[in-house]
Amino acid sequence: MTDKGGIQYSNIAEIKGPLVVVDDVDNAAFDELVEIETIEGERRLGKVLEVGNGKAIVQVFEGTTGLSISGTSAKFVGKVMEMPVSKDVLGRVFDGLGRPKDGLPDPIADKFIDINGEPMNPEQREYPKDFIQTGVSVIDGLVTLVRGQKLPIFSGSGMSHNLLAAQIARQASVVGTNDDFAVVFAAIGVQYSEAEYFRKSLEESGALKRSVLFLNTADDPAIERIITPRVALTVAEYLAFDLGMHVLVILTDMTNYAEALREISAAREEVPGRKGYPGYLYTDLSTIYERAGKLNGRKGSVTQIPILSMPSDDITHPIPDLTGYITEGQIVVGRDLFRQGVYPPINILMSLSRLMKDGIGEGSTREDHAEVANQVYDAYSRAQEVRALAGIVGKAGLTEIDLKYMDVGDVFEKEFLTQATDENRTIEETLAILWKIVSKLPKNEITKIKDKFVDKYYQGE
Amino acid sequence: MTAQGRIVWVSGPAVRADGMADAKMYETVTVGNSKLVGEVIRLTGDVAFIQVYESTSGLKPGEPVVGTGNPLSVLLGPGIIGQLYDGIQRPLRELSKASGSFIGKGITTTPVDMVKTYHFVPVASNGDDVLPGNVIGTVQETDLIEHSIMVPPNHPGGKISNIVSEGDYNLETELATAEKDGQNVPLKMYHKWPVRKPRPYLKRYDATVPLITGQRVIDTFFPIAKGGTGSIPGAFGTGKTVTLHQIAKWADSQVVVYIGCGERGNEMTEVLVEFPHLKDPRSGKPLMDRTVLVANTSNMPVAAREASIYTGVTIAEYYRDMGKDVVLVADSTSRWAEALREMSGRLEEMPAEEGYPSYLASRLAEFYERAGRVRASGSPDRDGSVTLIGAVSPSGGDFTEPVTTHTMRFIKTFWALDAKLAYSRHYPSINWMNSYSGYLADIAKWWSENISEDWFAIRNEAYGILQREDTLKEIVKLLGPDALPDEEKLILEIARMVKIGLLQQNSFDDVDTYCSAEKQFKLLKLIVDFYKLGQQSLKEGTQLSAIRELPVVPSILKARMDIKDDEMPKLDKLESDMKEQFKNISGVKVTN
Repeated sequence: MTDKGGIQYSNIAEIKGPLVVVDDVDNAAFDELVEIETIEGERRLGKVLEVGNGKAIVQVFEGTTGLSISGTSAKFVGKVMEMPVSKDVLGRVFDGLGRPKDGLPDPIADKFIDINGEPMNPEQREYPKDFIQTGVSVIDGLVTLVRGQKLPIFSGSGMSHNLLAAQIARQASVVGTNDDFAVVFAAIGVQYSEAEYFRKSLEESGALKRSVLFLNTADDPAIERIITPRVALTVAEYLAFDLGMHVLVILTDMTNYAEALREISAAREEVPGRKGYPGYLYTDLSTIYERAGKLNGRKGSVTQIPILSMPSDDITHPIPDLTGYITEGQIVVGRDLFRQGVYPPINILMSLSRLMKDGIGEGSTREDHAEVANQVYDAYSRAQEVRALAGIVGKAGLTEIDLKYMDVGDVFEKEFLTQATDENRTIEETLAILWKIVSKLPKNEITKIKDKFVDKYYQGE
Repeated sequence: MTAQGRIVWVSGPAVRADGMADAKMYETVTVGNSKLVGEVIRLTGDVAFIQVYESTSGLKPGEPVVGTGNPLSVLLGPGIIGQLYDGIQRPLRELSKASGSFIGKGITTTPVDMVKTYHFVPVASNGDDVLPGNVIGTVQETDLIEHSIMVPPNHPGGKISNIVSEGDYNLETELATAEKDGQNVPLKMYHKWPVRKPRPYLKRYDATVPLITGQRVIDTFFPIAKGGTGSIPGAFGTGKTVTLHQIAKWADSQVVVYIGCGERGNEMTEVLVEFPHLKDPRSGKPLMDRTVLVANTSNMPVAAREASIYTGVTIAEYYRDMGKDVVLVADSTSRWAEALREMSGRLEEMPAEEGYPSYLASRLAEFYERAGRVRASGSPDRDGSVTLIGAVSPSGGDFTEPVTTHTMRFIKTFWALDAKLAYSRHYPSINWMNSYSGYLADIAKWWSENISEDWFAIRNEAYGILQREDTLKEIVKLLGPDALPDEEKLILEIARMVKIGLLQQNSFDDVDTYCSAEKQFKLLKLIVDFYKLGQQSLKEGTQLSAIRELPVVPSILKARMDIKDDEMPKLDKLESDMKEQFKNISGVKVTN
């Protein structure tokens, strides 16, 4: 890209937080990759955030610890950051910047791809509508996942989101032909044990050889986290759109990503939006989440399950809030259910899959799926109201019909929601339990299901 | 004389260039060696501050910046309908031919096909004296759209000569020339208009005709008028987009402009996939034949997102000038405001609330004031309207944040989406206590003339029931339902019927997705009549449970899905069944 890339600049004007300001620069481009060399000869990577008037502001991914004004030099590489990709990346483990972490050499590159990707042309997208059977009843039945969707898990500290994500990755890969399925896992600032849990889980199910892992654990440099999801998605896009694979991308934990972004924004002294996060957090997150999808005329798909922990379980916090505005629904892990020991502890009333309507029904799941799901949502919501009322007036103050709704709530949580981490239910089994719940209600309470389906599937008296 | 400068600074979408003393504010410029499109937004000495509508990755100080001499404009002419544009009117279909599945940079295309021919039928003749706005002829743009070729508002007008005879011509053909003060100015099928400048019209009318959207909670309870303004704020997952899609699909307008402003790519794809197959309920033609899409999705360059709103509203005004009713739907104005905030931050302007620039409110006001029902300039007489509906995505679902509060100052219909309703799958989750419509009294006359004289009274009666329920619910929460007398329990029961049978509407159900004005009224009346019969029956000593368990109740609740718009006699049958069943139980007296 540049005609005279590779010049070393050693006039460092300022080092603050993750940023290095280089002076007397005359040939750097916005977004360009930079190699920083310390006085000891250690090499670090960075990129240009701002350039002009002889100055370049460089964000250093590995942090600025140990850098000095004199003795540090910066080399502008003449291209943006790229990830080498080929089929050989499958089964490999990389660090948060996409460098091998498993002791093996760099994979031989088929090509080099700009890690920032380019926005998909909406006109060239294929609308996602292929049902993915995860074997988890609450997801298949009520928050259905489809190929090419971005469906995050909103969780809180210490809850069982990792168990669920790993179960989805294992079970979703079993269905259909195995060859064209791949898992890309990006650990973004999570504890080593969590990353290791995923690796083991994939290994035990035999999915590891069809997986690519990118690990930035809690003790790795924070600014690297800006890059981790991007290299992971670059590989995912390559596997999906060049090699035709169906790729499931798990990004955990996006809260750590957003915090790294805030750190850079603060160092640049930008005007903050809510809670100190930069005003462009929404736009920035969208450049990650919008990389899910399917394309016309290409075989593969990129499905994303980002995981984020909501600070203080607060769904209105900017990170889950802005995520929810971009993603196609959300799976919300509920603290109350988790405390009761329910697994998976999904709060279905707050959960939603926007693409569900097109992924279910005749030809993919079953004709009655949408309506029975609506009725169960409605019934469980009524059950919650009745439970709240019972807390005040006692069970004795409830009407007969209220008691039936209480029953619905119990059956829902004990038989439908609850399932073992290795229990893989078919969609037929899932729908059967939904009808069992609906059948607890008298027929005149069923307002969301057409008579023809009630006649066919209802089992109550 | 155009400005020719040099980049001195780059940071994201913001670029500074020097040597730009000849540049004008809001002039479009080409930036860098790859000729990216940008717009001048501040001038200091000979330094221009430029927002760039494409990705600036790889851009360097020293690269050239060249002025075009023109403000950011759209091309207006046949061929717009059915298109999917980006924020600066580049057709995404053409972009994909140049750069494949992903959006490349520095691609130039024309917004419409300039060599496609249309069958032109002249209405003006040689020797006619025309003014700006006069229609000189028409072409059939799509099956649904007869496109008037007008003398552009920025054309001097004059005496027509050399007008072509009826026949097939393309956009570049000189259809006629108009001579004024010795100057001959050609007239073609298209002209350009700057997006930030509202198009002129002759006069404005009051908004008194409802826009029928086929959505019961909107049309019956919180209507919007043609030429009106509405806002739909809601936290994520409350159904903003679905509601807007519903309006775009079913509203009784001739043209729909749908702006996906900083939203999901798949939502635009959904419209593209779905609309060609959906039929307009009035004409039976594909909906795409009346729809224009402007898509600047969240991950596309942020500055073009700011422009997309203006691009869309200018196209809407153009079709309004032909005498058409146009609905513009913008999803979401919050993302547009964020684009303003981002550019403002890069300009290092002093921020107001939550980092938004201090001119946020005036920009919103300017946008919403471009709505209206008007008499267009020129002859023949044409009345058209632009209805503006904007989604707002308040952070954390908090309606006190700046974009929501400022928007509320400039709109008249407010559809407040409610996360609690959405969680209980009450869709559309428009909260009936927090929403309002400033058009209710103005459009009541239309309902009275076209549907029923009783409409306003019955509508208010049903709304009164919902208000009563809201108060009673508080008592039930504290004391349980048994604390209420039967008359009040009946109100709870009726409110439930209004909610399930009327307010809730399933967009994904073939029948329920659209509800005609007549069906809306009949359903409404059915439930209000049920209430009156129930009250009477209770007075006569019938038990509430007997009323609640009438076999007609589930039929009323499912009528919205079970009875099609062309099966109104079935609703009349339901009414007579209801009366019959009440007659039968009024004999059932309290036995103990």
